Order: sequence, then C-alpha cells, then structure tokens
Amino acid sequence: MSETRPPLSLDEVRHVAKLSRLALPEARMASMRDELAAILGHIALLQNVPVEGLEPMARPLAMSNRLREDSESPPLSRELALLNAPAREGEFIAVPKVLGGESS
Amino acid sequence: MSGDLVALRDGIRSGSRSALSAVNGYLTAIDASNPSLNAFHEVFADAAREAASQVDGARKSGRLLGRLAGVPIAVKDNIATRLGHTTCSSRILENYRSPFDATAIERLAAEGAIIIGKTNLDEFAMGSSCERCAWGAVRNPWDPTRVPGGSSGGSAAAVGASLCSAALGSDTGGSIRQPASLCGIVGFKPTYGRISRYGLVAFGSSLDQIGPLTRSVRDAALLYEVMAGDDANDSTCASREVEAISDTIDHAPRAPRVGLPRQYRTGNSAAVDAALERAVDLLKGMGAKIVDIDLPMTDVGISTYYVIAPAEASSNLARFDGIRYGHRAMGGDLFELYARSRAEGFGAEVQRRIMLGTYVLSAGYYDAYYRRALQVRRVIKQEFDLAFAACDVILGPTSPTAAFPIGGVTDPLAMYMCDVYTVNTNIAGICGISLPAGLDYSSGSPLPVGVQLQAQAFAEPTLLRIAYALERELGPLGAAPPTLTTAA
Repeated sequence: MSETRPPLSLDEVRHVAKLSRLALPEARMASMRDELAAILGHIALLQNVPVEGLEPMARPLAMSNRLREDSESPPLSRELALLNAPAREGEFIAVPKVLGGESS
Repeated sequence: MSGDLVALRDGIRSGSRSALSAVNGYLTAIDASNPSLNAFHEVFADAAREAASQVDGARKSGRLLGRLAGVPIAVKDNIATRLGHTTCSSRILENYRSPFDATAIERLAAEGAIIIGKTNLDEFAMGSSCERCAWGAVRNPWDPTRVPGGSSGGSAAAVGASLCSAALGSDTGGSIRQPASLCGIVGFKPTYGRISRYGLVAFGSSLDQIGPLTRSVRDAALLYEVMAGDDANDSTCASREVEAISDTIDHAPRAPRVGLPRQYRTGNSAAVDAALERAVDLLKGMGAKIVDIDLPMTDVGISTYYVIAPAEASSNLARFDGIRYGHRAMGGDLFELYARSRAEGFGAEVQRRIMLGTYVLSAGYYDAYYRRALQVRRVIKQEFDLAFAACDVILGPTSPTAAFPIGGVTDPLAMYMCDVYTVNTNIAGICGISLPAGLDYSSGSPLPVGVQLQAQAFAEPTLLRIAYALERELGPLGAAPPTLTTAA
C-alpha cells in the first residue's frame, strides 16, 4: 500500500503534535509519521467512492436543537467540583501564569 | 452461578435465592479468577454486600422490589460512577473520581441493580483486544493466552467467566459486540441515542452508545429496557418512546426476512463461516426468508471510521489538559503543562488517534478527509436504508475470527480490521447484537465465535425478538470456559 501513501513530512508531524498538545519526544516523530502514513494510505480508499452532490452527514439521525426552560437547577457543589483538581489554592484550581505563558 | 440475570432476579423476588449469597458467590469467583483474567480494575465488595443485604431485607419486609433488585452488574470503567474511580484504563485518569453517576447507572440503581465493580478496557475504548489497558492486558476466559476482544473486554471476560450477572459496555465501532463474540456471550448495541451518553466518557460522540453484555438475549432486553429513553442531560438522546420488550420477547415475528450480504462471506475463518451457515439453516427452519442483499460499502467502513472516530476523539480528548482533573505534569509554562501532561498520561494508541484526528481536521486536509468521510457516511446509511427495504434484519459474522493470541496482532491497521463487520452499524447509527453461535477448534481448545444481527434504527423490538428465537435454536455452545470449570 506504500504507493498510495500521501506525503507526510516530519515537520508536519511536529506541527500536528503541537496542535494536539502532545509533547512527543523527537525520537518518536519518525515512527509516528510512518504509522500515520500507513493509516492515511488505507483511508485513501475513500477517494474511490462517488460522493458528488451528497450532503456530509455529521450525525446518524436527524436532530434539531433542543431547548429547555432557562430555570435554576442545583449545581455541583464547590467541593465536588474541586475534588479532582491536581493543584488547588483555597477555593481555586491553581495553574501556572497564563499571560505570556503559552509559547505557541 | 452461570445462570442468567432474569433467573436470579426471579429467585430473589420469590425468596428462593438471596441477593447476598449471589453477591458473595460472584465475589468468591472474582477472587479466584480475576488475578489471571484481569477483567476488573476495582471490585466494590463491601458496598455490594451492603446493597444486597438491603434488597434481602426489603423482600422480607414485603416491600416492592425493582426490576433488577439484587442483580450484580459490572460496569466498564469509562462509565461514570460515584463509587470508586472512573479511569478509562488510562494513566491520565488514574485517580479520577466522578462526582456523579451516569444516567444509565442511575436507572439501573433505581431498579435495585448492584454495581459489583469496574472493568478494564482498551484505554479510552480505543482498541479491539484489551491489550492497551494501562492496568495490564485482559485475558480471555476460554484461553488466558488469548485476548478477550475490545474495547469492552473486561466486561466481556467478566460475563463470560460468570463473575457477575451482566455488564455494561460501550460500543463506538464494535466494542460491545466483538468482545462478546470472542468471549461466547451476548453483546447488544442499541440504536444511536437510545441510551443516554451522559456519564459515558466521550470518544466519538456521533458513534458512542452504551449497551449490555449478558449471557442471554432476554437479559440484554431487560437491561436495555431499563436504561433506554430520553434524558435531559443528553441532548442527542432520542425522545421517541421506548417499547417494552423483555416480557414479549418470545413473540417471534412470523416469517421474518433475513438479509445476507454477499460482502460478509469472504475473509472469515472456517469456523466463523460454519457458524454463519448454521445460523442461516436454523433461520430457514424457523420459517425465515433468506434474502441476498448487497452492502458494497462494507470494506470502506474502516476507512470512514478511522477518519470520523479519531476526528471526534481529538476534539473530545482535548478536555484532558491537566488543569481541572487528571494527571498534571509539573513545571514549565502553560503550553508545556498541557503537552507534557497529555504525553505522559495518554498511551500510544490514544496519542496516535489524537494525532490522526487532528491531522484530518487541520487546514488543507479537512475537505479531503473529514468532509469526504461524512459524505461516504451518507452513502453507507443509504445503502442500509435500501437493504432494510428488502429485509427485517441483516445476518452476518460479528468478527472475522475467534480470539487471537495476546501479542498476535501488532500492526495498528490489522487491529482495526477486526471491526470490519461492526463499524458500519455505528456509522449508520442502527442497532446490532452479537450471539454466541459456534466453537472454533482449530487451535486445539474450543474458542467461541459469534454471529451478528443488525436492524434499522429503533427496530430493537424486531431485532431482539428474532435474536431470542435464533438463540433458542442455536442452543448452548456445547463447552464452557476452562476457567469456569476449574473454579466450580
């Protein structure tokens, strides 16, 4: 199936890893590229299916927006909401400084 | 111990059996078998005994019992329970405790069911073998050197080895039906939106569906009936009324039309083909009309699935960022916190699918992959619509082979192919059920194989009634898992 593999460069893999917020070690990039290329090569089968004029189908069943009364209901308690916080300060979830923090 | 859920429920109701002794029996079996099978990640022994004693007490004082009173049920560990942890068999959720119960769990509990423990899965339900579980591979009760299938492999192994009355699983592309087939039990995926996904950790939101793994079709019907129905907490849940089915399941439709796609009869093991042929003969004997049908998109299903499911997963799994819950990598700035937490917390297959999904959704590739896959999805749906104009149910194999050895399939694509007969059910949002249908002796010891029936969206009553009738004709498998015979 190698002849149908789309080109996928190491730089593209690095870019997708960044978009995915996955700190992949540099040593993983080449094997990840080969695995993705093999799967994408198989997925290329989709190009053989005639789909002219067909609407994309995001959900299997017809659905419409469902609205409800804008009424109060008991929220999750603060303690339960903080139950799984990896780091907290008092009533808050502690995080690293945000402004100037994200390097992307 | 190997009896079905309805029999135990009736026994508890009539007083001929006690819920506590049933729970204790299963706990003893879990102690004996779980160290080798690794079906359960957590067992709620004390809570289960306590709940069972309450059921027995309620019966003695003459109180009305729920439809599942005293019945021990195992739950796949990607379904939220306040009891214990909800880990998705992933390091990133190793210590996660859900502050709420999934709607399906609430409905089971409201009828008196007892949650006996949480079962292992392929991490985040991504896999067909349960080898990709952060807490170790799950083993098949029929042969512990083989996989139980996946991703609901812990639930399938637990039911197959009689470590509980029934179990819940989730099915995104075959994750209930394929392990059921490999473990010799019944696995039922209802129509998309039939059972609330509230509390099911999202993988592919347009594909995911909770369903039961049981030792009989009637048990599956009862659990389905209890769990199904609209839910204000899941806006994709179907509002259509649920037809009661468990008490009328023996009302088999006369002369049902059973579609047999020509595309389902190539590439299967000899035992799978033999089981399918036997099912065809039995259905003919029951008066069914066998209709040759065509599903040319069968082969394209895997390609379609491996665009849609990873795309949805890459979006759904973005929530695991180390901020509000889950594993957090300390040190560095915010981007590093996200990227390192996720790289440390997710296993290799989950990372691969996030990468794949991000790629097919990224600028420049969206139209070629994602949009095109959604168009092919419509072709697949139209193909089923056409087929169901000519038949009531579609018969085929569940999986092309019986259980394979642990470590036997290492190529990701080869693993994906295990689901060739099951993914299109989810892509089209219809319902399907796998029944134990035969044994494969080619490796020396018996391994179960299943057949699958699929029916149109919301045709569960037809599907379950035909499945029940076929199950009776098929009869018991004629062998039991060796782990069960040695434990007994």
